[in-house]
Amino acid sequence: MVRNITLGSRTFEIANIILLGLLLIGCLYPLWYTFCVSISDKSAANAGLVTLYPIGFSLSPYKEIMGDPLFFNAFWISIQRTFLGTSVSLLITVLMAFPLSKPNREFKMRNTFMWILVFCMLFNGGLIPWYLTVQNYHLIDSIWALVLAGGVPVFDVILIMNFFRNLPKELNEAAVVDGAGPWSVLFRVYIPCSIPVLAAVTLFLGVYHWNEFFNGLVLMNTSAKYPLQTYIQQLVVNIPVGTNLTPEQYKKLSELSNRTLNSAKVFIAMVPMLIVYPFLQTYFVSGIMLGAVKE
Amino acid sequence: MKKRGHEKHYYLMLLPGMVWLVMFSIVPMFGILMAFQNYNPGAGLLKSEWVGLDNFKYMFQLNDSRTVIVNTFIIAVGKIVFNLLVPLIFAILLNELRSMRYKKLVQTVVYLPHFLSWVIMSTIVIGIFGYYGVVNTVIGMFGYDPKLFMADAGIFRQLVIGTDVWKEFGFNAIIYLAALTGINPNLYEAAAIDGANRWQLIRQVTLPALTTTVVLLGVLSLGNVLNAGFDQVYNLYNPLVYSTGDILDTWVYRLGLQNLQFSLATAAGLFKSAVSFVLIFISYRLAYHYADYTVF
Repeated sequence: MVRNITLGSRTFEIANIILLGLLLIGCLYPLWYTFCVSISDKSAANAGLVTLYPIGFSLSPYKEIMGDPLFFNAFWISIQRTFLGTSVSLLITVLMAFPLSKPNREFKMRNTFMWILVFCMLFNGGLIPWYLTVQNYHLIDSIWALVLAGGVPVFDVILIMNFFRNLPKELNEAAVVDGAGPWSVLFRVYIPCSIPVLAAVTLFLGVYHWNEFFNGLVLMNTSAKYPLQTYIQQLVVNIPVGTNLTPEQYKKLSELSNRTLNSAKVFIAMVPMLIVYPFLQTYFVSGIMLGAVKE
Repeated sequence: MKKRGHEKHYYLMLLPGMVWLVMFSIVPMFGILMAFQNYNPGAGLLKSEWVGLDNFKYMFQLNDSRTVIVNTFIIAVGKIVFNLLVPLIFAILLNELRSMRYKKLVQTVVYLPHFLSWVIMSTIVIGIFGYYGVVNTVIGMFGYDPKLFMADAGIFRQLVIGTDVWKEFGFNAIIYLAALTGINPNLYEAAAIDGANRWQLIRQVTLPALTTTVVLLGVLSLGNVLNAGFDQVYNLYNPLVYSTGDILDTWVYRLGLQNLQFSLATAAGLFKSAVSFVLIFISYRLAYHYADYTVF
């Protein structure tokens, strides 16, 4: 690429590098700050002395967490939920995507099902009817509420369906000529050919289940059943709702919170995401682009 | 080719998903009837008293509903606008970088906040803007008194929009960056030979290549004008900022699940769902008309 190297161009380039560097720091600093607070001396952190690096050094919040059964319990529930939620959703999603990827003349009801699905994606009954329904199923406090109550991930079905549609038709025809039924075509031909989209969808689902806190909050009555995000949410947001709170009271409440301990918990909750982040980045980016693929 | 026998297998494959859909999406839709009833949990949906549109009338008379709708609208539109523009500018600047390694590094870092939940992010935000947070530490160094940022209704909306843009701008830029890689390098060369400077290259080559994407994303986000982001607001707000920060979703949650006013909360929720549905429908039609874009 030809670029005119003038003084103005040079200045722009340097300014640009600095500006993007600032954005980079802007995204990293909050995480670094949280880490610094978590390992700082408690009194220094509570007095707001930490800015760029830890003040004093103490691992006592981390020791305290290691001794907190509720934290590990919540962590374990989140792992179970993410595992179950991702695998169940992925299987069902793939099973739905395959027939829906067929043209109308091969599967007459295809368009009807598609419309139902899209309608359910765009319209919902709202919070209260949904909550009462889950309650009627006696799923409150059950891990299956966390796995299933979010509903069918219709967007992921569409993503996989579009990918299936773009596979060469010959693949399907050759397999059918060789005597394969729909199930073998799906599991032996289509799925092995669709690893990129399946990886992307698996990660979409995994991130959703790991990060979701609201279902944990409303569908779990006992705090021992909370997934990790709900557990963290509960310990940070402890402001009584509906009371006539004054700013002074709000200040008192923030004085009461244990900043080092909360920061340590938030930091540990971030670690699994930071570990899988390299994979996430690759497949999410490709997944976003797959979503843009038209029929 | 014989395919008749395949259809029953197709139904079988759809079965688990359809059961799931019916149980958690379609059955709750019948609960919408509660919005037209004075719902009594003891009597159930069939025996509760019918009140027509009374719940809606009552809802729109409440001062809260007006505040909440205005807040939702302002926060949501602010997010839509800035989440379109900031990533656009960022993508263009990133595209101007020459060092591929630096570009990769910046991308890796700015995508990260997207993957962290609002529970974690708002804890961090409160840690930074809180009374003992680093913002107050820094303004303290310049001799100012610490402020209760999180309890200041005057800046809450800006804080919500700003932190949302901060969390998502990198990720939202992906789609622009993809559009930028599609630009033919010859265009830049030809323009440069014609004597175009850097700014002219950006204006005449880069920006036109992104117009379709910007317009399409803008149209598709029309359905979000009542979506101010429950997770974020719920984790950041407190009673002191209700006047500017309370949104439809948080209001419905408090009405329904904390005050147990099921019918009123369902009516408010239905108002949101119905308006959003119409807007999404319009936006899909527009996207199809002007950009030939189909979602499914």
